[in-house]
Amino acid sequence: MTHAIFQMVCFILFAVVAVGSALAVVSVKNTVHGVLALVLTFFSTACLWMLAEAEFLALALVVVYVGAVMVLFLFVVMMLDIDLEPMREGYIKYLPIGIGAAVIMLIEMLGIIGIKTFNVQAGPNPAGASNVEWLGQALFTHFLLPFEIAALILTVGLVAAVVLALRVRSFSKHQNPAAQSAVRAPGRVRMVKMAAVTPAAPEPKPAEEPQA
Amino acid sequence: MNYMNLTSDPLIFGLTLGYVLAIAVPLIIAVAMYVWWERKVIGWMHVRMGPNQIGPFGLVQAFADVVKLLIKEIIVPTNANRFLYFTAPLLSVIPALAVWAVVPFNQGLVLSDANAGVLYLLAMTSLGVYGIILAGWSSNSRYALLGAMRSAAQMISYEICMGMALVCVLVLAGSLNFTSIVDAQVGHQGLFDWFWLPLLPMFFVFYISGVAETNRLPFDVAEGESEIVAGFHVEYSGSVFALFFLAEYANLILAAFMVSLLFLGGWLSPFQGWHLGWLSISGWWWLFAKFFILATSYVWLRATFPRYRYDQIMRLGWKVFIPISILWIFVAGILKYFHLVPMGL
Repeated sequence: MTHAIFQMVCFILFAVVAVGSALAVVSVKNTVHGVLALVLTFFSTACLWMLAEAEFLALALVVVYVGAVMVLFLFVVMMLDIDLEPMREGYIKYLPIGIGAAVIMLIEMLGIIGIKTFNVQAGPNPAGASNVEWLGQALFTHFLLPFEIAALILTVGLVAAVVLALRVRSFSKHQNPAAQSAVRAPGRVRMVKMAAVTPAAPEPKPAEEPQA
Repeated sequence: MNYMNLTSDPLIFGLTLGYVLAIAVPLIIAVAMYVWWERKVIGWMHVRMGPNQIGPFGLVQAFADVVKLLIKEIIVPTNANRFLYFTAPLLSVIPALAVWAVVPFNQGLVLSDANAGVLYLLAMTSLGVYGIILAGWSSNSRYALLGAMRSAAQMISYEICMGMALVCVLVLAGSLNFTSIVDAQVGHQGLFDWFWLPLLPMFFVFYISGVAETNRLPFDVAEGESEIVAGFHVEYSGSVFALFFLAEYANLILAAFMVSLLFLGGWLSPFQGWHLGWLSISGWWWLFAKFFILATSYVWLRATFPRYRYDQIMRLGWKVFIPISILWIFVAGILKYFHLVPMGL
């Protein structure tokens, strides 16, 4: 019994944090704080998924979104030197549009959940096998083709982003680390043979007696 | 999902709290001892004495430094973002300690024997970067921001090769659970049953990425003293600085543990199956011996190598390690598919 109550308390806690931080994303003034609120949203969503025993999904969310995507996001936002005041001008004007989009998304999501709950199937998850194992089995057998196509799309996106961002400028200077690493001593240092010449040793001065 | 049951009883809840402290407190002491050992070893390498004044062999020096740091004044720079300035060290320490929940110390001696232990490890280590970025940004200092930028790019780059090295291990072991990964390295050929042999390039990639991930020399451009003073934590002093310090060394200890567990058989004896009496018995002492050797080797690296240049670090990560890793994932797949590597007994 305590178990169920504890789970409920955790659920409410994570859900409240998720919703609160999601609201903070669109309402805080500082853009860096906004990005951090988004990170918190992702993290508490991951906790919620963990409660639903979808551990792979939860950890993947943290690894991919919190650990990588949002770091780059934060990075870009930190580098932006923007005046915050003009950005807040249209807040009230665009609020109805935002609320409209949110409501449509809510309806869509409820629709999906509704369809899923009507077509609920006995999970093919065999007793004893872990969540991760079962997901791997499913992805690499039944859903191999969609999985590979998704991977391909992501790779194409990556290459496209690199190509779009790559500017070869004629005046930019760069070094070739491979050539630098390949440098060997004979290429840089020249040994010169010189005959050793010992200068005639000067007469050692007689040690001066300290006066007085 | 046994962690759910832990909460159903106040007694078990308290017991779990005790376990957490039983890991965290020795870890913090280990950090202090590691700092002492590092200074001592570097001292010997420089033909110096190292710390030798306080306590026998200078052993109490590390604790004296802790006390010194704790009673120092905490300075907040002008125009710093106070909230983030104080959150950043916490964001760097909490993941560094939280990771240890899934690290096993012996057969069955683990706080949470999670099925997705390796994924959890990846998730937690990837969170550590927030502490560094936010510390750099909230300090309102050029040097700190530069350090944060460098460190973030470096950590993200090396996380990729680390993840791919992990994938190779997972493919061979067929599990994301640390105990199962170590069990997959059991055999009769002593240390030749461990994963370092079939995954030799990955062993080096993971070892070096571990050093780069923790921003240690020769990859410590994030706090390169000669270029950007002390990088992201230049403005921090006193106990908040101590938190960054703690996180860095806890992560380093973790990296040594990970290499031992994933590639060097964890608590397995290097003479397993050779019938050498007590030498062939596996136990936690082997794990700690491996950890000690690896941790000392990090100090050795620090004393030996000059600092890499930033573009060289990026080149090593992206153009050398990642191609090798991708290739070796295929090799690991082939090894697994044709049963070329014996798994367990």
